[in-house]
Amino acid sequence: MFGLLTLDAVPLDVPIVMGTLAVVALIGLAVVAALTYYRKWSYLWTEWLTSVDHKKIGVMYIFVAMIMLLRGFADAIMMRGQLAMAEGANHGFLPPEHYDQIFTAHGVIMIIFMAMPFMVGLMNIAVPLQIGARDVAFPFLNSLSFWLFVAGAILVNVSLGVGEFARTGWVAYPPLSELGYSPGVGVDYYIWALQLSGLGTLLTGVNFLVTVLKMRTPGMKLMQMPIFTWTCTFTNILIVASFPILTATLALLSLDRYLDMHFFTNELGGNAMMYINLFWAWGHPEVYILILPAFGVFSEVISTFTGKRLFGYTSMVWATAAITILGFVVWLHHFFTMGSGANVNAFFGVATMIISVPTGVKLFNWLFTIFRGRLHFTTPVLWTLGFMVTFTVGGMTGVLLAVPGADYVLHNSLFLIAHFHNTIIGGAVFGYLAGFTFWFPKAFGFKLDERLGKCAFWCWITGFFVAFMPLYVLGFMGMTRRLNHYDNPLWHPYLIVAFFGAVLIFCGIAFQIAQILVSIKNRDALRDHTGDPWGGRTLEWSTSSPPPFYNFAQLPTVHAIDAFHEMKENDTAYLRPARYSPIHMPKNTAAGLIIGLVGAVFGFAMVWHIWWLAGLTFIAMVATFVVRSYNQDVDYYVQPDEIERIENQRFPHDSAHTNNRAQTSAKHAQQLAQEV
Amino acid sequence: MKTEQYLGYLKRLSWLPLLMLGGCKMTLLDPKGQVGVDEKSLIITATLLMLIVVIPVIVMTLAFAWKYRASNTKATYKPNWAHSTPIELVVWLVPCAIVAVLGTITWTTTHELDPYRPLDSDVKPIVIQAVSLDWKWLFIYPEQGIATVNEIAFPTDTPVSFQITSQNAMNSFFIPQLGSQIYSMAGMQTKLHLIANHEGSFDGLSANFSGDGFSDMKFKAIATSQKGFDAWVSKVKAAPTQLDQNNYPQLVKPSEKAPVQYFAAVSPTLYHSILMQYMHGPSTLLDGNQAEAGMNSKQPMQMPMNASIKE
Repeated sequence: MFGLLTLDAVPLDVPIVMGTLAVVALIGLAVVAALTYYRKWSYLWTEWLTSVDHKKIGVMYIFVAMIMLLRGFADAIMMRGQLAMAEGANHGFLPPEHYDQIFTAHGVIMIIFMAMPFMVGLMNIAVPLQIGARDVAFPFLNSLSFWLFVAGAILVNVSLGVGEFARTGWVAYPPLSELGYSPGVGVDYYIWALQLSGLGTLLTGVNFLVTVLKMRTPGMKLMQMPIFTWTCTFTNILIVASFPILTATLALLSLDRYLDMHFFTNELGGNAMMYINLFWAWGHPEVYILILPAFGVFSEVISTFTGKRLFGYTSMVWATAAITILGFVVWLHHFFTMGSGANVNAFFGVATMIISVPTGVKLFNWLFTIFRGRLHFTTPVLWTLGFMVTFTVGGMTGVLLAVPGADYVLHNSLFLIAHFHNTIIGGAVFGYLAGFTFWFPKAFGFKLDERLGKCAFWCWITGFFVAFMPLYVLGFMGMTRRLNHYDNPLWHPYLIVAFFGAVLIFCGIAFQIAQILVSIKNRDALRDHTGDPWGGRTLEWSTSSPPPFYNFAQLPTVHAIDAFHEMKENDTAYLRPARYSPIHMPKNTAAGLIIGLVGAVFGFAMVWHIWWLAGLTFIAMVATFVVRSYNQDVDYYVQPDEIERIENQRFPHDSAHTNNRAQTSAKHAQQLAQEV
Repeated sequence: MKTEQYLGYLKRLSWLPLLMLGGCKMTLLDPKGQVGVDEKSLIITATLLMLIVVIPVIVMTLAFAWKYRASNTKATYKPNWAHSTPIELVVWLVPCAIVAVLGTITWTTTHELDPYRPLDSDVKPIVIQAVSLDWKWLFIYPEQGIATVNEIAFPTDTPVSFQITSQNAMNSFFIPQLGSQIYSMAGMQTKLHLIANHEGSFDGLSANFSGDGFSDMKFKAIATSQKGFDAWVSKVKAAPTQLDQNNYPQLVKPSEKAPVQYFAAVSPTLYHSILMQYMHGPSTLLDGNQAEAGMNSKQPMQMPMNASIKE
């Protein structure tokens, strides 16, 4: 009846897990109680859960990403705590069977369930606004993508309380991840969590590619798109090209585990090297999927806060294109030590280094954007400068690892761990946090507290250096990754320092949370009345904060890069049309939510071999999709008088006053200049 | 005056990274064999080359950010300046030039340091076959006819030719102070050539996670004189047990923190049986019937799947 599932699957004897579950259950109960008490269920349902509005979906993505950041960080600090203790006879507080799950979960959560949704969330909030669109090309698909991602996230977290998670490392290399060496359900949780969320990501990629190609506002040429939109577009190309590889690879691994096939086993002609190649054929583009949008954020931030056009826009676009293409021909550098010939290793080593050229160009372009600009040291700028310094170091160690002769001794060492955290934290995460602070007023209508934001930044960056510089050194001292304990007393002090670095990063996260809470409390003082709190240059700042659900009452016409800046220069930024035309908008739907949640049950049933439930839920998913596909009643028109009413709230006076608003905005920019 | 003072501070600070690298026992920067020495110098060369770009970028980031801060109204402000062909050329060509140099170095060193390439030496290499088990290392000396667990020895200044495979999960065979590592994979053989130019007992380990007992999957690599090596071989040969296909399944059983073991003799075909065990379906080597058949036979090593193995 319940497949492999028995009561023994709940780890009642592990206090850390049970304690966590108890706290999560309490918080969950409190949330449910609050929603009921304040009668917010229908608000939650209509305004958020069933919404197809890209801005709200973006906010929900980032909300889940931040929750998962806490979960992934909890794993991180447990690992650092374990290694700060487990020297010599002391084996720490985490036995290998628990520790191995933690480092696997940390990797999977941080990459797939924290960084990816954070990036997709920012893309959702900003890209349609930047290209002057009213929504994405396929709003329902967007909602479906989100809920499939949530389904994956649910599965990962359920594995904490029911059964176990994979003990293989986040790459799940066979033969270790095969049934013979991982007989438990951990790897199955891994597979289904990644499959569900990966499908969501793939659909997002398709959706945003079509959006960018078909829904740009009149006049906007491709080479006039804001740079963040460009980097997201290249990311989406990477997603569409690489995620099917992951899906296929995991499907083959599932066939091995479920149907006794032998694609990657030792037996019957299976070959693990095939998995390793396929995994990284997705895995390497994946890191560029994460970093490119962050590069886009930095470009927007630097250009906005220097009050200056981005230096070398064309260079920037082509550099991103080069990275996108080269990102596909470097995967073998993840396993130079697998015994490929010297020519093969040398080719992939040199190809990897070539990527540093367009990346270097980007850094120089940001530098020369600052050059002859007026840089305001706001929180997003601090994240950007912090990134430029940190990421340069990470890039250098990356190129070092790309030299096969160096990699032969540095591979799988803590040097490697330090390197990729250097690029993912110092690159992607700093970028997302910069973007979060930058677009927060657009999404919510009020700015975030600057002082707490800066505190968060300084804690993060010092925490990063304190936590990861010792790891570089430990790599040179011969310490490999994924060790549970060690008997080299020389490593011990470095690991204690690294632990304190993690504590500092925790302070950064705490400040980040405090920043959000304090800003909500002071939202009236931080309110953005203009829609353009930073003196922005691109179209998202031309509409109100938060934008009306239709984004633009009238689609803007674009003639140049930095379209909104040009409009402000020409005094055409806040002109109101004499008459509004009806706006075509999508209706809310619960189909995405249903498919996603049923999908989570399907994944759970597959993990535990509950075949009847898996069959039933699969049919339910397909049926919901089919019903939704045949539904003709999915859209409606917003009538001009409704638009007029909403726009009048933004412009309470008649259109003659709109020039005043432009002046207000200019005055605002001046104030900003004086503040710093 | 003030500037000089700052420069003085900077000079003192510039020693810091060196102190960091020199002050503690950096295994990789204290290599005991030619391969490791070459890799160390490669790491240093590559790092210095990259610092040519990295240091200016970091300095320029901080300097530009400071100079063009909004409150510094004396600095030039050109809001529409966004293109300069000379600058674009420099920012594309300088990284290109460095990558061209580094790429050339990479190409040649990758060939020189190819783990499969036999080392240039007049001395005849010694062959050691390494098998990763859960969670220990089995070493077979085909020429000496001995086997050990978690300990190897070899004479200094003699190239060591490792042939590496795995019984089950993938591991990485690594002696940090001697240089390169290489994966061990079941059903496949990888090769690694190392040499020790100094005597000593070096830590060996698995650098690729392979399961719960991975952290203690360590061994000692003893580099000693020819005399010391001969003595070590005699010591192993004096051990009471032998290793062949019959008691190999016993050894394969997962164990953690396995102690050093010596086997006075080893079946000359054991390594190949391990390598080829998966070629005909599920592991034949660990199959009960096969083991029985082997026991009954006078020549336990002549298993069917070994018949066609060629070196």
